Amino acid sequence: MTDLNLNFEPNILTFCCNWCSYAGADLAGVSRLQYPTNNRIVRVMCSSRIEPTFILEAFKEGADGVLITGCHIGDCHYIEGNEHTDERMKDMVNALERMGLGERLHLEWVSAAEGKKFQETMINFVDKIKALGPSPLEHKRVE
Amino acid sequence: MTQKETKTENKQEEELRIGAFICECGINIAGAVDCYAVADYISTLPNVTTSVVNKYTCSDAGQAEIKKAIKDLNLNRVLVASCTPKTHEPIFRACVEEAGVNPYLFEFVNIREHCSWIHMWEKEDATEKAKELVRMGVARAALLEPLESSEVPVTDAALVIGAGVTGMQAALDIADMGHKVYLVEQGPSIGGKMAQLDKTFPTNDCSICILGPKMVEVARNKNIEIMSYSEVVEVDGYVGNFKAKIKHKPRYLDINECTGCGLCTEKCPVEVPYTEFNEGIGARKAIYTPFPQAVPLRALVDKSICIDCGACIKACERGAIDMDQKETFSELDIGVIVVTAGFDVYDPEPKNEFGFGLYDNVITTMEFERLINASGPTMGKVVRPSDVKPPKRIGFVQCVGSRDKNSHIYCSSFCCMASLKNAQLLKEKYPDTEVYIMYMDMRTPFRMYEEYYNRARNMGIRFIRGRPAEVTENEDHNIIARIEDTLTNEIVNLELDLMVLSVGAVAPESTETVRQILKVSKAADGFMMEAHPKLKPVDTTLDGIFIGGMTQGPKDIPYSISQGSACAARATRFLAQGKALTEGITTKVDKDICVGCGVCVPMCPFQALSLENDKLKILTALCKGCGTCVAACPTGALEQSHFKNEQLLAQVKNVFAYGEV
Ligand SMILES: Cc1cc2nc3c(=O)[nH]c(=O)nc-3n(C[C@H](O)[C@H](O)[C@H](O)COP(=O)(O)OP(=O)(O)OC[C@H]3O[C@@H](n4cnc5c(N)ncnc54)[C@H](O)[C@@H]3O)c2cc1C
Ligand code: SF4
Ligand code: SF4
Ligand code: FES
Repeated sequence: MTDLNLNFEPNILTFCCNWCSYAGADLAGVSRLQYPTNNRIVRVMCSSRIEPTFILEAFKEGADGVLITGCHIGDCHYIEGNEHTDERMKDMVNALERMGLGERLHLEWVSAAEGKKFQETMINFVDKIKALGPSPLEHKRVE
Repeated sequence: MTQKETKTENKQEEELRIGAFICECGINIAGAVDCYAVADYISTLPNVTTSVVNKYTCSDAGQAEIKKAIKDLNLNRVLVASCTPKTHEPIFRACVEEAGVNPYLFEFVNIREHCSWIHMWEKEDATEKAKELVRMGVARAALLEPLESSEVPVTDAALVIGAGVTGMQAALDIADMGHKVYLVEQGPSIGGKMAQLDKTFPTNDCSICILGPKMVEVARNKNIEIMSYSEVVEVDGYVGNFKAKIKHKPRYLDINECTGCGLCTEKCPVEVPYTEFNEGIGARKAIYTPFPQAVPLRALVDKSICIDCGACIKACERGAIDMDQKETFSELDIGVIVVTAGFDVYDPEPKNEFGFGLYDNVITTMEFERLINASGPTMGKVVRPSDVKPPKRIGFVQCVGSRDKNSHIYCSSFCCMASLKNAQLLKEKYPDTEVYIMYMDMRTPFRMYEEYYNRARNMGIRFIRGRPAEVTENEDHNIIARIEDTLTNEIVNLELDLMVLSVGAVAPESTETVRQILKVSKAADGFMMEAHPKLKPVDTTLDGIFIGGMTQGPKDIPYSISQGSACAARATRFLAQGKALTEGITTKVDKDICVGCGVCVPMCPFQALSLENDKLKILTALCKGCGTCVAACPTGALEQSHFKNEQLLAQVKNVFAYGEV
């Protein structure tokens, strides 16, 4: 079992808002900042669009970690959308805690200029989930 | 912004025919992703009619291939897997639209910035990841619905924020193309930093002599309304239909009555040993005009020192002075916004860099510009602060606040040339003066700049490669700079009568406020960020808002003016056409599901939501499509077009479902 854990490559799903964090992910690419291949990005217009169902569904579908990203507070393209995100994600972490998933949801603000921060966030999150091991949920993961 | 529902229903009945185009982007993608393997895999997915690889999908040939496939294979959904939608989505949307497919039936998958470029040495994993990303896209494409972007009328007026040389150029160009411009300047005069400079490189012509006439031209232009001593406090709306609230600070006089004659200044008994325009040097009265060439040439009162003696009121023949004046506001309707709010020079005082703030005879280049200026506080006579004597040994220190990991890592770009200029001016004026430039690298690109550098060398200006490691002052108030000359590896102890710090540019706080009001992105260096560093250097990611000059980052005057003109051209496209397209992405409510709880109403940052007869009402024209309310609705009554729950969930459900679909 232990060496299975060593080879464990977590499934990470990331939500990016169209204006800052998606552009931050783009900048990581343009700057050729390398990070692990575990991550897949879904783009929404604002981080405030993200509903609890999306996150729950992601875990149900096999995510070992879900990362929510958006503009820094004060920079949201829709003024205060990310403040709602902030509140909602706190509630969401609490709810997930009861399912043993609390640590697997992470929120990070990344600006369009922070390619490096996007890379670092990704590396750290993958490391963290690796240390936690596979999600305790029974899901559809094949092999 | 109306969604064509009937068409949607028709489409749903129609057989789905997705065309997937996988771009190699030369080797940019193909170098890390096996595009043929991706295309093969995608061709096995349901609803995919064709799946092909292009060398460059965005090229004419690539676009022609998409259009041909739409016609020949009757495609009704198109997916491109290539670079980022931030730059290329508009291109492909237009391409499919030309071939008769609604632009919102186009799906973009990023396999370059988000895959090949970040996994350059992991070809196998990168290829697998690309397959999954495209599979998510295919799932989403199947659920896309056609949308119409709506055409909105554009108010035929521009707002230009900041009236330095960049903003003046932008305002003049827009006005000369026949459109109304409101030019808002926070200071009492237009002109910006260039008005303070002595001469300008690389031709050494007098700065105010070339700027002054331009300032007058701005004032005389019938299409330009200058709002000096004013600030933007609020901006609402969207491209073509912005509303801006401008605060006019009180000058304590009627600007229409004042003629700038200066009688009041003569009579005012209060003097402060400080002038804004002369970088603190010299003195001014409590009522003053900012500088002789100011536009508008009008006085203002500094209430912080005014003693209300009434001398000026008696002196003014036109009865212009009104000590009870309050700040006023105007509301402007405008179509486009150009931000040209400029820069501040780096302040070495907090950290006493190179003895600045500790020793009188260490000054900045900006102060030097005023000292050597014929209309400056010393009438152009260069003297040193400690004893007002002419200095015989002067040294310039480069890169103060620039290229320094303790302050700013960027190069401010104009300061090498500015010091070369000031060193030359000194040598011309006082040939016996010893002039030193202490530098890390001299950077002189662009026409005539390298020649300018050579000219300085030929004039006998001495260059020391290295910056002072230690700066002290002796009993004569001379500055001793200890430098390691990295070309000769010698330690030099340079005694100077005056040392000038060549300070770089920083993003000022006043522009940070404007940036936040407008929601323009900030770059890592603190200046405002353009939409694309190469292709859209003066656009922002916000439609109808443009940035130019120092606001966008450090640069010299020719570059600033070019950007001012570029902003004008980019902005005037909207004014000239009189219409703009807005995004089709908005939110709608299903009144059968809505229970009228009102949870969503306060969520909307744009006041688009209200309750009417116990049901939600959406003012679509105000909705910007963020989706905040959608996520808040407990009943699922709200739906954001193009980002519907089912569309997003389709992506989520297809991320990890490898092997099954
Ligand atoms: C010491 C020194 C010497 C230089 N010498 C040369 C030279 O010889 N040749 C050369 O080509 N370049 C030179 N430069 C560079 C030159 O000064 C700049 O390129 C030029 O001034 C940039 O113009 P701008 O209009 O973008 O910014 P600015 O000149 O800074 O103008 C911006 C204007 O916007 C206003 N503003 C700011 N915020 C707001 C707000 N919130 N609301 C309303 N208004 C606002 C400001 O008050 C200001 O009037 C020199 C710079 C320095 C520091
Ligand atoms: S909160 Fe809802 S109504 Fe308001 S802008 Fe966002 S999507 Fe539109
Ligand atoms: S939150 Fe949902 S149910 Fe409540 S008023 Fe808004 S749309 Fe209607
Ligand atoms: S737009 Fe980025 S968080 Fe709202």
